[in-house]
Amino acid sequence: MSTPDFAALTVGQVVAERTVHFDRGNLVRYAGASGDFNPIHYRDDVAASVGLPGVLAHGMLTMGVAVQPVVDWVGDAGRIFDYQVRFTRPVVVDPQQGADLVIAAKVGAIDEQAQTARIDLDVRFEGDTVLGKAQVQVRFAD
Amino acid sequence: MPVNPELPGRTLPPAPAYLVGREKVREFARAVLAEHPLHHDVEAAQAAGYADVVAPPTFAVVVQESALAQLLAEPDAGIDFSRVVHGDQRFRFSRAIVAGDLLTAQLTVVSVKSLGGHSMVTADTVVTDAQGEHVVTATSTLVVRGDDE
Repeated sequence: MSTPDFAALTVGQVVAERTVHFDRGNLVRYAGASGDFNPIHYRDDVAASVGLPGVLAHGMLTMGVAVQPVVDWVGDAGRIFDYQVRFTRPVVVDPQQGADLVIAAKVGAIDEQAQTARIDLDVRFEGDTVLGKAQVQVRFAD
Repeated sequence: MPVNPELPGRTLPPAPAYLVGREKVREFARAVLAEHPLHHDVEAAQAAGYADVVAPPTFAVVVQESALAQLLAEPDAGIDFSRVVHGDQRFRFSRAIVAGDLLTAQLTVVSVKSLGGHSMVTADTVVTDAQGEHVVTATSTLVVRGDDE
């Protein structure tokens, strides 16, 4: 597994793109794996009772999935030393149709001295961004 | 009950130690659609210099969770969990979490702010390994919706 060539990176360059499909099964799987059993992530009646438009994906599921194209591009999750997001819009997962997340990762900033790059994530559901200030800091030096 | 404005600066006792299991890493990786071999294949992880399979970056939230639960359970915190929405999340790593790590999480409240009837509670959870070395700091902002929402 080779690390991308740091010297060849340019600000604005798209390094990874991916569309990910979620269904309710993904939410149940994430609930079990993470221990977050808030029923708004699997029960329509509970989601409706607190005024939500439907069952929502866990924000942390969206955050967790959104970084994977960067992990695959860089080839080693251990090179990610900082990852932050703001949860700006919920992802409603329809019981039949599920939901599609459209992820694009591009170079936001390059630090030549430290041999690091900030990768900015654009994550959309139905055309709207769902994560704000979604930034992944990647270390290239060994 | 509003969020206690005296919370900032409070550090809770360390949460019980968390032993990172190999199958838990694989299970979490499947759940976040992390297919990279370092998350699943021990030989690949060891060839890359790790002791065992590598947890996806957001796995740190599982370790943070017990510390956040302690905060919510503080009798004077005034944080009504049914009104809590996750505002933002950040992880700052010294190294990746790997299977076999024995991790301890300790939370400190950074700030409590009011914004348009809501309260924003920001907390740092510092995660250290069995040697006491820093692994990751997980920072969460919880938005506690006001009564009129």
